[in-house]
Amino acid sequence: MISLDKLTKVFGHGDTRTVVLEDLNFSVSQGEIFAIVGPSGAGKSTLAQCINLLERPTSGSVIVNGENLSTLNEEQLRIARRRIGTIFQSDGLFSRRTAAQNVALPLEYLGVTKAEAHHRVAELLDRVGLSGRANFYPHELSGGQRQRVGIARALALRPSVLLADEATSGLDPDSTASIVSLLKELRDDLGLAILFITHEMDTVLKVADSVARLDHGHIVESGALVDLLRNPASTLGQALRPAHIPATLPVNQTQWELVYASAAVPSDWFSTLSVTLGSSISLLGASIETINGSVVGKATIGLDVAQDERVIAAARGLGLVAQRVPSTEVSSTTASSQTEPSSANKVLENAA
Amino acid sequence: MSYSFTSLVTVGFHSAVNDVPFDKIPALVFPALGETLIMVGIVMVVVVLVGIPLGALLHNLAPGGLVENKGAHTTVSWIVSIGRSLPFLILMASIMPFTRLITGTNIGIAAAVVPMSLAGIAFFTRIVENSLRSVPPSLVRVARASGASKLQVVRTAQLSEAVPQILGGLTINTIAMIEYSAIAGTIGAGGIGYVAVTYGYQRFDNTVMLVTIVILVVTVALVQLVGDAAVRLTTPYAGRSSKRMRKAAAPVSERALAA
Repeated sequence: MISLDKLTKVFGHGDTRTVVLEDLNFSVSQGEIFAIVGPSGAGKSTLAQCINLLERPTSGSVIVNGENLSTLNEEQLRIARRRIGTIFQSDGLFSRRTAAQNVALPLEYLGVTKAEAHHRVAELLDRVGLSGRANFYPHELSGGQRQRVGIARALALRPSVLLADEATSGLDPDSTASIVSLLKELRDDLGLAILFITHEMDTVLKVADSVARLDHGHIVESGALVDLLRNPASTLGQALRPAHIPATLPVNQTQWELVYASAAVPSDWFSTLSVTLGSSISLLGASIETINGSVVGKATIGLDVAQDERVIAAARGLGLVAQRVPSTEVSSTTASSQTEPSSANKVLENAA
Repeated sequence: MSYSFTSLVTVGFHSAVNDVPFDKIPALVFPALGETLIMVGIVMVVVVLVGIPLGALLHNLAPGGLVENKGAHTTVSWIVSIGRSLPFLILMASIMPFTRLITGTNIGIAAAVVPMSLAGIAFFTRIVENSLRSVPPSLVRVARASGASKLQVVRTAQLSEAVPQILGGLTINTIAMIEYSAIAGTIGAGGIGYVAVTYGYQRFDNTVMLVTIVILVVTVALVQLVGDAAVRLTTPYAGRSSKRMRKAAAPVSERALAA
């Protein structure tokens, strides 16, 4: 278990003083994957370096299994780092060492004998499905395989906490999926507390149990992934739900957005709602999926019902939260769908 | 030595009739080549032993380094720069009292080794520093997060990863030292440069001049060849498309692993 208590990091003094992280509190229990999302410049990398103790927090503490690591001296800190395994972004392998030699690094630093290390390395490579690649150099491996080597290396000293710092960024979707399932497997088998720092929302959906959004050095929102997805008022939940541009609304209809707000939404809610309202429903867009064993989703529909209250009440009866999309916004979303690609490009540019 | 400084001075300034007979040239040139190799060999051992720690220190004193210290970095950097900026002939002349203090003489191989080592160390320190800069700084973070001590970080995440670049630089450095040994020849340090200057230049013995040139070209080419091979052998990513690599890139095995 790892927890942060009022963690604050400040760089510089006087005029150049910049508060990068302010008063962060959260904890990750064993067997939990906790994702931290945020845009570039939110302080994610600094947070990662405070957690694996490469940077000392200005104030506040990092507590692993009940021990406060922030008060340790340089030498104790070096030993404490071994309790936290770190998976780095894809450039973290030593180019002149084979996969096996890369995995052996932490053992080598610790002073483990060659024979002992050899045994442990074989076990670790087998754990990540790379037994046949032990003597390959990083340039001979694919991006996903390189990341598996990084995971095996992070596990070498049997840490209780795993920190994944943009571990899937820059990987293709297949490799990302395989790394995500490996992490989940490791969490279950080894009972690890995993901190997953990323800017990729779709990866969060696949990997996280809980999520926190970091913005300008503050945690602005956090909670269990499913709870956030079921909360129509949550900004983070909204950012996590897959965005879609709805089909064109038929004339004389009003546009509504429905969010799955409970676990008890019947799968035939669409026809039930139609019957209850005595109206036909236009389906303009929807996505429903199972996340961590719970059904979540949202739908955009068109209705020719005049009374808003009736719609909201009928939806609530089915476990859905209905929100009327104002007609101005409807026309503007239709108009903005034209400009969508360019703004998407802008986002990509920012990410790059 | 088959020739001495004084005898060469007395027989100097004669015409081609005093040229070294062709069959005597090997006896003159090969021992001289041996001296050059000994001189450069001793110098390079000193250069590597001092230059690698000094280069690593300089790299890590710089901002963002492991033992960041602005004052110390500026001082070391200036000392190295002074060593680099003096032309070798002037460096050699200016440190003669120091050389005499260490070796007790101002001429011969021993006297040449001191200024050559100093110039070589300054040169190599920069080469090591520059090689370490080419290593991704993320590897230092990886090593530290994996529990490495500072010395372990320097050894595994910096020097070891920069080995090909350092070997490439070492090759350049060795060749520069062969050149410096010829300059040192002018203070009677012996070696192939001395033969070239006294026989080829001062006595207009074109044959000796030509032979020394050929020997120097061949020596330098051999050093470069060995250096290039060493770089290639220590670079696993040197663009050798091995059979194994092509197999690894095959889509079938890829998919099998992802499953």
